[in-house]
Amino acid sequence: MQVFDFEKDIDMKKLDKTNTRTEIQAPLSSKGRFWRNLYRDRQLYLFMLIPFAYIIIFAYVPMYGLQIAFKSFKPKLGIWGSPWVGFDQFVKFFKSYQFSRVVPNTLILSFYAIIAAFPIPIVYALMLNSLTNDRFKKVTSNITNLPHFISVVVTVGILTQVFNPRTGLYGSIVMSLTGAYPSDPFKSAENFRHFYVWSGVWQNFGWDSIIYTAALAAVSPEQHEAAQIDGASRFQRVLHVDLPAILPTIVIMMILRCGKVMSVGFEKVWLLQNSLNLNASEVISTYIYKMGIASTGTTDYSYSTAIGFFNSAINLVLISLVNWVSKKVGETSLW
Amino acid sequence: MEKSIVKFKKHVKHSPGDKVYYAISYIIVILLLLVVVYPLIFIVSASLSSASAVSTGRVFLWPVEFSTLSYEAVFAYKDVFIGYKNSIIYTLAGTLINIIVTMSCAYPLSRKTFQGRKFFMKIFSFTMIFSGGMIPSYLNISRLGMIDSIWAMLLPGAMSVYNMIIARTFIQNSIPTELLEAAQIDGCSDTAYFFKVVLPLSTAVISVIGLYYAVGHWNSYFSAFLYLHSKDKFPLQIFLREVLVQNQFDASMIFEDAENVVQRQGLQELIKYSMIVVSTLPLLILYPFVQKFLKKGVMIGSIKG
Repeated sequence: MQVFDFEKDIDMKKLDKTNTRTEIQAPLSSKGRFWRNLYRDRQLYLFMLIPFAYIIIFAYVPMYGLQIAFKSFKPKLGIWGSPWVGFDQFVKFFKSYQFSRVVPNTLILSFYAIIAAFPIPIVYALMLNSLTNDRFKKVTSNITNLPHFISVVVTVGILTQVFNPRTGLYGSIVMSLTGAYPSDPFKSAENFRHFYVWSGVWQNFGWDSIIYTAALAAVSPEQHEAAQIDGASRFQRVLHVDLPAILPTIVIMMILRCGKVMSVGFEKVWLLQNSLNLNASEVISTYIYKMGIASTGTTDYSYSTAIGFFNSAINLVLISLVNWVSKKVGETSLW
Repeated sequence: MEKSIVKFKKHVKHSPGDKVYYAISYIIVILLLLVVVYPLIFIVSASLSSASAVSTGRVFLWPVEFSTLSYEAVFAYKDVFIGYKNSIIYTLAGTLINIIVTMSCAYPLSRKTFQGRKFFMKIFSFTMIFSGGMIPSYLNISRLGMIDSIWAMLLPGAMSVYNMIIARTFIQNSIPTELLEAAQIDGCSDTAYFFKVVLPLSTAVISVIGLYYAVGHWNSYFSAFLYLHSKDKFPLQIFLREVLVQNQFDASMIFEDAENVVQRQGLQELIKYSMIVVSTLPLLILYPFVQKFLKKGVMIGSIKG
């Protein structure tokens, strides 16, 4: 910290010599320093102008708009002019039958995704890392990373084609085994969750493993050699050398993941949703969309904003909580 | 010393326990590999098969009754070209905007003495964990008059804070501060330093985040779905959704001579496969060349700074 100040002071002196006309000569009060630095960094502020305007217009103005969650929004009256209604919109949501459907659906989908998708990249990274053939490792990781870059629409397209009950692989296999076509797997609420979660695993397990692979590359070979001399088998070395080495990374990734428990993305759910699997596939984000944008004539902006606000508030609390816990326990944290 | 260790490692034979471990590991990894690759091969093979082979489910691994009919159908389908053209425009223009905004944000924030650095970082980072949500954003865009305009595709996502932090970390860690000091002594302004030193030394990170942005633009359908209404502005992903998910493709539009229903139905299925291939082709062609860069981003991003 002291070095930091020292550097600043040097800058001050330089400025004093060059800009004697505009700048105050008095000893460095904190106010004077502020204006001086403001002048010194003027070009840097110019760089910040567009990004700052961007974040205000496209991130903070919508946050300002969140107040309509506590209002009865009328487009004619505008955001500020609409009358306050307090927590009415929230109460309406908590009391509606949709609440007991969309909140559990969101949570189940999210936890299922965490349980299925979180350990697989770790196990995969540990296994791949322990293999001996470098060429094989490289080719394998390149191929398994690929699906991450396929769009959601195409992923769902591939899924529906492969599991098509008539023309797809699934249909043909069941047909050749039992002699009859199966029923459409996409039209059942039970299957929706499996499709959602496992297509996500298919897309991302390779990509998600990169961060662990990178952490594993930093493990010093000496540790392995020492363990080998002590007679540890390869599997024991995975458990007692590799795994502890990537534990901090695992904790960080877990924090990041937990903060997103309530934010089930809209895109894939929307693509997989149909009228027959609504019981499992109606989640908070799709419900917001239907209430706020899709329903023609009866769009309820305030109500849907309130649901969204409820959702992101819980997210914020969750990520802060998990961060706090991990700071206490594991001494690793996001901020 | 080091040599002897290497020798020792090479000559050691795996114990029976290790052999079992390796065998199991290889099998599992190969299985995972197949799970990833097989659907992709199936899609390509099906797209190259005949309509009847696809509709009766006879394609398992390789093309059955090889035919390019489905590709002819795709290229006769006008919407694909509209979508392709729009997607290319959005991807190129969007990525350019992204890079300009991201770098001009990352540069001042990478300067340790920049006054207000912490304040700006907080303002930007906060948006990563909290946002106005779908409806206020939608109202905002519509108040700005960007509904059904190309700007709705380019501006709302003009910068990703995550990518900005990657760029900032990169500049901070890979460009020595001595360079800045030397430049300042020579009377180099902050702007000149950015263009003459920072940008040329940041080509690696620019290509990484540029690729992320480009893939994001190419693949995105949500903002188009939300903000665009007219067909001539739709990106490829929206047309893909119509054909793949909503089955809104009428084979008779293209092949009037496909008289009988079965054949038409077969075509309707067939064109899905070729559309998947055609829309993913740019990615598949570029991937081998750029995958190194794509991976690099994860490494830079994982360093907290």
